[in-house]
Amino acid sequence: MRFDFSVVLIYIAFSAAIVGIALYLSRLLAPRIPDREKASPYECGERPIGSGWFSFNPRFYLMALVFIVFDVEIALTFPVATVVRSWVEAGKGLLAVGEIILFIVVLAAALAYVWGRGDLDWVRDIRGTLAETGSPDDPCAGPRGEGSA
Amino acid sequence: MTEPIARDVPLICPGGEGMPRVTTTTVDQFINWFRQGSIWYLLFATACCGIELMQTGGPRTDLDRFGAVFRSSPRQSDLLIVAGTITYKMADRVRLLYAQMAEPKYVLAMGSCANCGGLFQPSYSVVPGVDAIVPVDLYLPGCPPRPEALNEAILRLQDLMRGEHWADRMQGRRRTPEGVVVRGGAPPLGSAGA
Repeated sequence: MRFDFSVVLIYIAFSAAIVGIALYLSRLLAPRIPDREKASPYECGERPIGSGWFSFNPRFYLMALVFIVFDVEIALTFPVATVVRSWVEAGKGLLAVGEIILFIVVLAAALAYVWGRGDLDWVRDIRGTLAETGSPDDPCAGPRGEGSA
Repeated sequence: MTEPIARDVPLICPGGEGMPRVTTTTVDQFINWFRQGSIWYLLFATACCGIELMQTGGPRTDLDRFGAVFRSSPRQSDLLIVAGTITYKMADRVRLLYAQMAEPKYVLAMGSCANCGGLFQPSYSVVPGVDAIVPVDLYLPGCPPRPEALNEAILRLQDLMRGEHWADRMQGRRRTPEGVVVRGGAPPLGSAGA
């Protein structure tokens, strides 16, 4: 039993050693002649305008969060559908259906919450939200914070 | 043009009857042996030479057999094949792409336009030779060069690599087409079209 674990240990040590040796060889052999142009982000030959660190509209972020509601629903209800027959045969059919309905109701509540907040709308009016949180007056300020200039 | 560099003793000595299969080499030879077999070139083409470049990567000429494959990012590329006419508007992009490649890096001026402006040399908008904006290691004549010619250029680049000292490359020095070892880097701006 312990011997089996030692195999895993050796495996991990071996993989770490290979990566370490490769990184060390690269550090040892690769010429490093950095300059400003080389360090600039690769944009297919175009020179980037401004910094990459700026706030942008998080619409896709919200959409991704809402997507998780449906994603979790599918991921967890499909396995139940495959075993529900055996539960019915064991006389626990109502329990299984009740549990999965409860689960879907929770997710539906989440969906109703984001729908009610207006997070499903692509174009949103966020001026009220900004006033509550004390954010800058001008919600249409430029992406690089140039609105205050 | 690059004069062919005399090849040293072969890296792999198979050994005769009763001889031990021992290989002796130098660090330079050993490193260059690896490098010449993995010349990754940047996917970059601006004119009709690009069509020949694609053909060279295709099955008939098949650059893959020399380990030369195209990369979409200069970060992974060893070789910038300037395949086509470079206008002044494009020149800045070429310089930036060259700058963003990892060391050691090589430039192959493919075709007449890249060599000297070619047909468009009298034009107000065409760079008369990319050696004004990036340091060129190999000049490949032709309008456009056939895939076989580009294939030959890759072989000549392998010759060039075999004659290099790694210590030079580590310190950013490169061998010019005239065979002189100089400090690397792009030529200063403003020399184009002089």
